[in-house]
Amino acid sequence: MDSTFIIEKSVVILVVFAVTMIMAMYSTWAERKVAAYLQDRVGPNRAGWGGLLQPLADGMKLFSKEEFIPNTPNKFLFVVGPAIAMSTALMTSAVIPWGDKLHLFGRDILLQATDINIGLLYFFGVVSVGVYGIMIGGWASNSKFSLMGAVRAASQMVSYEIAMGLSMIALLMMTGSLSLREISMQQAEMNWNVFYQPLSFLIFLICAFAETNRTPFDLAECETELVGGYHTEYSSMKMGFYLFAEYANMFISATIISVLFFGGYNYPGMQWMVENAGVNPANVLGMVVLFAKICFFIFFYMWVRWTIPRFRYDQLMHLGWKILIPLSIINIMITGVVMLRGEIAAYLGF
Amino acid sequence: MIHIPDFANANAIQITFCILAFITVITAFLTIFSRNPIHSAIYLVICFFSIAGHYLLLNAQFLAIVHIIVYSGAIMILFLFTIMLMNLNEKHEVHKPRITRLGAIVSFCLICIVLIAIFINSKPIVGEYDSTGEDFQSIKVLGKILLNEYMVPFEFASILLLVAMIGTVLLSKKEKLKK
Repeated sequence: MDSTFIIEKSVVILVVFAVTMIMAMYSTWAERKVAAYLQDRVGPNRAGWGGLLQPLADGMKLFSKEEFIPNTPNKFLFVVGPAIAMSTALMTSAVIPWGDKLHLFGRDILLQATDINIGLLYFFGVVSVGVYGIMIGGWASNSKFSLMGAVRAASQMVSYEIAMGLSMIALLMMTGSLSLREISMQQAEMNWNVFYQPLSFLIFLICAFAETNRTPFDLAECETELVGGYHTEYSSMKMGFYLFAEYANMFISATIISVLFFGGYNYPGMQWMVENAGVNPANVLGMVVLFAKICFFIFFYMWVRWTIPRFRYDQLMHLGWKILIPLSIINIMITGVVMLRGEIAAYLGF
Repeated sequence: MIHIPDFANANAIQITFCILAFITVITAFLTIFSRNPIHSAIYLVICFFSIAGHYLLLNAQFLAIVHIIVYSGAIMILFLFTIMLMNLNEKHEVHKPRITRLGAIVSFCLICIVLIAIFINSKPIVGEYDSTGEDFQSIKVLGKILLNEYMVPFEFASILLLVAMIGTVLLSKKEKLKK
């Protein structure tokens, strides 16, 4: 491992980290603007042009607020909770291919922190670990409402992870690879997976809503029943971390949806651009396209949040276990039959 | 003979192994010794993570991630869940009778003797690996081996899990009927 390699990777990781933070920050601003638009209001417009400095003002406010720790026997776990939530929210971006490659300083720079051949499983692993942040924080708060919120959030996330994983299997049967870079490459020139696996996409999208604890599945922080859910007892930047982790998760799941189903950084005519305009312009355009797709899905999350009311808890569990899981198993079977149609026809003697 | 590592000339992988092994053993002991069941469960989660680290050291990425997803991501969350819902505290700890404690100590000593005997007699294989040119980390190779060579044991394992699941469902149903 030479030093240029380490420097290159460090720069890529730092940029990815900064971009994730900025996207999460401005998602809070966008959420307010979208909400205001949907409810015929103005939204934040005091700090900066169009309220663009609002996220900074919020951050300042959260940092300077009094830090309150409730009377709990587990002060350490109380602090660890938001830390786990935040770090798992930032970990997933390591395996996402943000673009193909750039040619700078005489070397090809892969626009990805690391290309492990189990990228998709890594994503699932990090998501499943993310539940601990909520559970530990909710339990260490030593409050009924926090515990109920944490238990709700955890059971919801564990239940929807199953449907999410099963919906992925149908996609994996087609791609034959778990590496996100390879999955993106296979979707070049509008060969988007969403056209081949629409049902899988739909299930994945619904599960992504449940995994990020967004409306219509935000029963974990149902105000009318549970005050503030698992972060009831949190104040100042610790609560800020929980809220920020939610937005970072939203950004990451929007990215995963774009990479898995909507072609990632590919756009029609990318090969033509590489040949005629050079590697760098083509790939910069690719990154712009990827971020346009991501922004659309972030907007979609907000759109749904301010349109659809909350589910009841039994409806949520019913949807997860009795509808989405059987649907994704049927999807796997259909995919298998379609993939092996030649062999099956030969076996039956057609 | 017991293999004693050469700490003075250890390379990066050996140092990582030592740190990981230390974390694994310490958290495993803390799992047993901590009085609060929630703390026990959290120590066990850390233990599972360090075991996943051992898999990574052996270059088994797939195994490491699946270990994290299954044990830390699913099983331990359900454990924590149950402990939180049952509200087990230090007060609820049952005082075990003396004969049970004696039995535990005796069986622990027996296991220790067996393990030490195994470790003393085992021969650590430090040879050259045969390179077959196949990437055994990739899920393609793993899937082919599981469904060709080890098809029957693989299917038996899944049937075993299914039977266990049906058993659990039946048990929980029976309790409801009695009420």
